[in-house]
Amino acid sequence: MNFDPRFSGRKFASVGTRPVRPDGVDKVTGRARYGADFNMAGQLVGRVLRSPHAHAIIKKIDTSKAEKLSGVKAVITAKDLPDLTDGDAGMYDVLDNCMARTKALYDGHAVAAVAAVDARTARQALKLIEVDYEVLPHVTDVDEAMQHHAPLINEATFTEGLEEKPVKPSNVTKRSQFGHGDVHQGFGHADHIIERSFKTEQTHQGYIEPHACVASVNLDGTAELWVCTQGHFVYRQHCAQLLGLEASKLRVTSSEIGGGFGGKTHVWAEPVALALSRKAGRPVKLVMTRDEVFRASGPTSATSIDVKIGARKDGTITAAEATLRYTSGPYAGTWAEIGAMTAFACYKLDNVKTVGYEVLVNRPKTAAYRAPSAPMAAFAVESAIDELAKEIGIDPVEFRIKNAAQEGTRSSYGPVYGPIGIGPTLEAAKNHPHMKAPLKANQGRGMACGFWFNFGGQTCVDLNIGMDGSVSLAVGTVDVGGSRASLSLVAAEELGIDYSQLKAIVADTSSLGYNDMTDGSRGTFSSSMATISAARNAIKILRDRAAQMWDVPVDDVIWEKGHAIAKGEKYGNLSPLSLKEIAAQSGKTGGPIAGHSELVADGAGVSFATHICDIEVDPQTGATRVIRYTVVQDAGKAVHPTYVEGQYQGGAAQGIGWALNEEYIYGKDGRLQNPGFLDYRIPVCSDLPMIDTQILEIPNPNHPYGVRGVGETSIVPPLAAIANAVSNAAGVRMTHIPMSPPRILAAIEAERKG
Amino acid sequence: MAGIAVSTTINGDGVEYLCQPDETLLDVLRDRLGLTGAKEGCGTGDCGACSVIVDGRLVCSCLVLGAEAEGRKVETIEGMAHGEQLHPLQQKFLEHAALQCGICTPGFLIAAKDLLEKNPSPTEEEIRFGLAGNLCRCTGYDKIVRAVQDAATMMKGA
Amino acid sequence: MRYIRPLSIEDAVGELAKAVGPAAILAGGSDLLVRMKGGFVEPELIVDIKRIGGFSDITETADGFRIGAAVPCAVLGEHAALKKAWPGVVEAAKLIGSKQVQGRCTITGNLCNASPAADSVPALVAAGAKAVVAGPSGKRTIAVETVPTGPGRTSLAKGEIIEAILLDKRPAHAGDAYLRFIPRTEMDIAVVSAGINLTLDDKGIIKTARVALGAAAPTVLLVEEAAEALIGRTLDDGTLERLAKICSGACRPIDDKRGTIEFRRKVAGVLAQRVAATAYKRAGGK
Ligand SMILES: Cc1cc2nc3c(=O)[nH]c(=O)nc-3n(C[C@H](O)[C@H](O)[C@H](O)COP(=O)(O)OP(=O)(O)OC[C@H]3O[C@@H](n4cnc5c(N)ncnc54)[C@H](O)[C@@H]3O)c2cc1C
Ligand code: FES
Ligand code: FES
Repeated sequence: MNFDPRFSGRKFASVGTRPVRPDGVDKVTGRARYGADFNMAGQLVGRVLRSPHAHAIIKKIDTSKAEKLSGVKAVITAKDLPDLTDGDAGMYDVLDNCMARTKALYDGHAVAAVAAVDARTARQALKLIEVDYEVLPHVTDVDEAMQHHAPLINEATFTEGLEEKPVKPSNVTKRSQFGHGDVHQGFGHADHIIERSFKTEQTHQGYIEPHACVASVNLDGTAELWVCTQGHFVYRQHCAQLLGLEASKLRVTSSEIGGGFGGKTHVWAEPVALALSRKAGRPVKLVMTRDEVFRASGPTSATSIDVKIGARKDGTITAAEATLRYTSGPYAGTWAEIGAMTAFACYKLDNVKTVGYEVLVNRPKTAAYRAPSAPMAAFAVESAIDELAKEIGIDPVEFRIKNAAQEGTRSSYGPVYGPIGIGPTLEAAKNHPHMKAPLKANQGRGMACGFWFNFGGQTCVDLNIGMDGSVSLAVGTVDVGGSRASLSLVAAEELGIDYSQLKAIVADTSSLGYNDMTDGSRGTFSSSMATISAARNAIKILRDRAAQMWDVPVDDVIWEKGHAIAKGEKYGNLSPLSLKEIAAQSGKTGGPIAGHSELVADGAGVSFATHICDIEVDPQTGATRVIRYTVVQDAGKAVHPTYVEGQYQGGAAQGIGWALNEEYIYGKDGRLQNPGFLDYRIPVCSDLPMIDTQILEIPNPNHPYGVRGVGETSIVPPLAAIANAVSNAAGVRMTHIPMSPPRILAAIEAERKG
Repeated sequence: MAGIAVSTTINGDGVEYLCQPDETLLDVLRDRLGLTGAKEGCGTGDCGACSVIVDGRLVCSCLVLGAEAEGRKVETIEGMAHGEQLHPLQQKFLEHAALQCGICTPGFLIAAKDLLEKNPSPTEEEIRFGLAGNLCRCTGYDKIVRAVQDAATMMKGA
Repeated sequence: MRYIRPLSIEDAVGELAKAVGPAAILAGGSDLLVRMKGGFVEPELIVDIKRIGGFSDITETADGFRIGAAVPCAVLGEHAALKKAWPGVVEAAKLIGSKQVQGRCTITGNLCNASPAADSVPALVAAGAKAVVAGPSGKRTIAVETVPTGPGRTSLAKGEIIEAILLDKRPAHAGDAYLRFIPRTEMDIAVVSAGINLTLDDKGIIKTARVALGAAAPTVLLVEEAAEALIGRTLDDGTLERLAKICSGACRPIDDKRGTIEFRRKVAGVLAQRVAATAYKRAGGK
């Protein structure tokens, strides 16, 4: 199969239109089935017992009373999930996170679980489990965790990536470094230098659907799992490995997913549900409560970042440096490393250096959250850039334009860029009417840029043509926000048929080859590539069948606008055969017609965005109001522009929440104080204005239609854009996210007092 | 524990069920009656995904006991379309792509229906405050507000 | 666990009085069900008071208004006469929760839940509202500020139920108002709040005043000194400044997940000024 993924610059018929999504009606009528909407005959209710302590040795667990309670069918602890990870440290962490083995490492860490006939019995059973804890000192703050005297979360942690191997354990699992040139020399050439420290608090993806699954393990070693996930194939691998099942005998079906944003890329409850089902001999349904979601799923890192940027009077940046410390929860991660890679990715720099430190703390294991790690780094860098522009006395947009990376620029994290969109998004922002709109008293305008890599990866698609000419498309990347519509458009485009002739579904793990997660904005990028390839394979067969029907050589048959056409004057009287006509004859011409594709999608184009926002600050209370918000982002090619806009708006809204009010608040006891939507304040409808979007299309050369991922970049600029706007409105530089009213008021008061 | 016998009306149909005293109306709808259109996003009244209308009042079904439905009229998302005919709000949500993941959609549709019944010509601000009890994490609300505005226009024209 | 739905106050009081285990009164359930869900309370008996005769009515009497204990806040907002007489009480009640919560929650429940941050309570206290309490030993009428005694605690005895909240008839030149500070625009619990009720003479001089602060101490604060600072004056800048200072000083707040001590102090004063201005205007002052 020689699939050519290069951008071809074709004219589109379907791609770029805005039809209603194939799963839409089910979703507006309440019929769509999400994680908790599925039941199996004889199913039990699973519940998890969680540690109330941030850090404690589990000395003993006595489950005997719970086991005796009538209606309880299984009680499990870590003993029921033996270590089968075979030296795979990452998987061992996953296992330990699913069920604490020797120590509870955060408030909410699972220590035992029950399956019972109903929820009330399960709840009672949890109360009957006796856990003997030895409470240990804990640490939740990133900077405190790096101190020498900090309580050690894992005594076997010796920082990797240092020049000299450390002799003492610490909470820093790894140091990473990126950059080029000589920053020391660079700063020497600077006329102005800004040096600042920033902090961001931990936030949660805040998907409205809690984690939910139904697990059923059979006596013959086969099993089924129904689950809301961003990657059912990956869940299958992980669950099979942890439970000692054969991957192909575990069939995982991904339900409709009620939001994930990176948070549904890790297994938490699923191996527990499977273990309960195995022990009870019955299906088990396990649904997290909201409280459990906050305490025990995977929020993003809390960070502490130092930035130093120097520039000449003419506005040329001469050197840029950042030190980034990111929490990863109680297990090793690579979050600071990603932050260090993205921090200066928007700029063309001769001298740049970033250093990342991964820090263990007694908080839940960090998971991805939409362009993970990039928003915090962008907050720090883009705040400093703004301040530097101000100090030099140059317009912040012009300053960025002057220093923006271009095609051929060596990025701060290594690779040399192809055609990219940072310059165009900045130009578009500069010319946007928003930039010139008047501001009222106490209002400030801010802008910022953001970058995200975008992923590709393993992808597999099946395209089946029915005898009536309708087409079913089976994809393996979970649809988190309309990708079935986009992929149907792509298949329609390639086959030259109408969108309405197609239906796309997400296939389960036994019906399709392996697919990576829907993460890294890869869903539409990779699956559209595989869909194009599958469609082209189907077209080959369609041409072949038409050739048979006409009895002409296949090389004389071309495919155009959904029809086989016999090319050449000698075929003048052969009228084109439609896909439908060819399909109707398929039983006689060689059987079913299908196109398949298995590929590794490479060359996901990096993406850039520039955001502009206006914020009003009440100087007496520190209250903020978002007055206006504009997103400009490069999509490569917007396959379904409405869903692209939706991604831009959703990311911006999440960023606004993060910037202003969302944060994990831990008490002195290390317990999470706000594990609910009343006090973990995500934006409500009345908090936001309309969010304007401008889609730029700078084709990705590595995709036939020029598509880039669009899902993540939109959350990168808001923290900084809003911080710049608030700082301009309040007249004081904000360096701590979220900029909650108490923080803003304290900053204003401090400034007043001088 | 003996169950409580409840006789109520759901989407116009008489329904009888037994429930426990601590079971919520949401539990009853989802687990006893198979009406899983109302979602549990929080179980504590904060997200609105479980919104239903009881005797003409918009409520969170997670904050109503199943036993309290005795003799009431309950409207859920499952009763919003009439046969093949989608409600204008449902239609406009589809056209405007006012849903991404869709988990919040049933709650928003019920809340928006209640809003437009009480105020057929809401301003943008009235829509935003009227729907503030429904959380959406995917859309940033923009397309939801536009869909409601458009549905209001359509319903007035009808 | 038992759930009952008595039709008379006598039955309700009787069942509560003879209950052996923990018993709970269910009005709108927007606090009770949340606490049950979290496992913080596990009542043996739930007494749903919504079908007791008169509990769901707002009646206008010769003395003012009687608001049944089961009247949801949404209904308060639909009562034109009540809204006209006591706009501050109604605006406070209307701030509770969302549209969904409004369809259920009651001001009596808000009062009996005894949260320091309850929205309707400062407004009710400023308004001088009274609660009619029915119990095993008969009925009594008490000032609302005597109901909460600390976070989650009330002065009600076993078997006692609040039947209704009473609000006085309004004289001429009267106005009340309520404001709270929340970080979002909706769906938040007050970080700090203020309710003020004023009556003026013909010249716009403040005759009577009641100033109450919420989320500023373990229970709602009735700040007499603030009232004194207002009485006999108009709302000139000096008076407003004094008001803010007194209110900030009267606060005994805590640092918690919703706000800091300094923030609450400062903002209590700011809110008091803004609320006073609205109440004054509503009373006809210029
Ligand atoms: C999502 C959400 C948002 C909220 N937002 C706010 C807010 O903004 N501001 C705010 O102040 N509150 C808020 N609350 C809390 C709650 O809604 C209010 O306190 C409400 O007024 C409680 O009234 P209820 O009728 O629902 O009380 P219930 O839950 O029925 O009762 C509350 C308590 O009072 C007792 N009780 C009730 N009625 C009586 C009676 N007649 N006599 C004696 N005792 C009685 C009950 O036993 C219970 O202990 C919110 C709650 C939720 C779930
Ligand atoms: S589930 Fe009822 S409001 Fe969230
Ligand atoms: S569409 Fe996902 S929460 Fe609203």
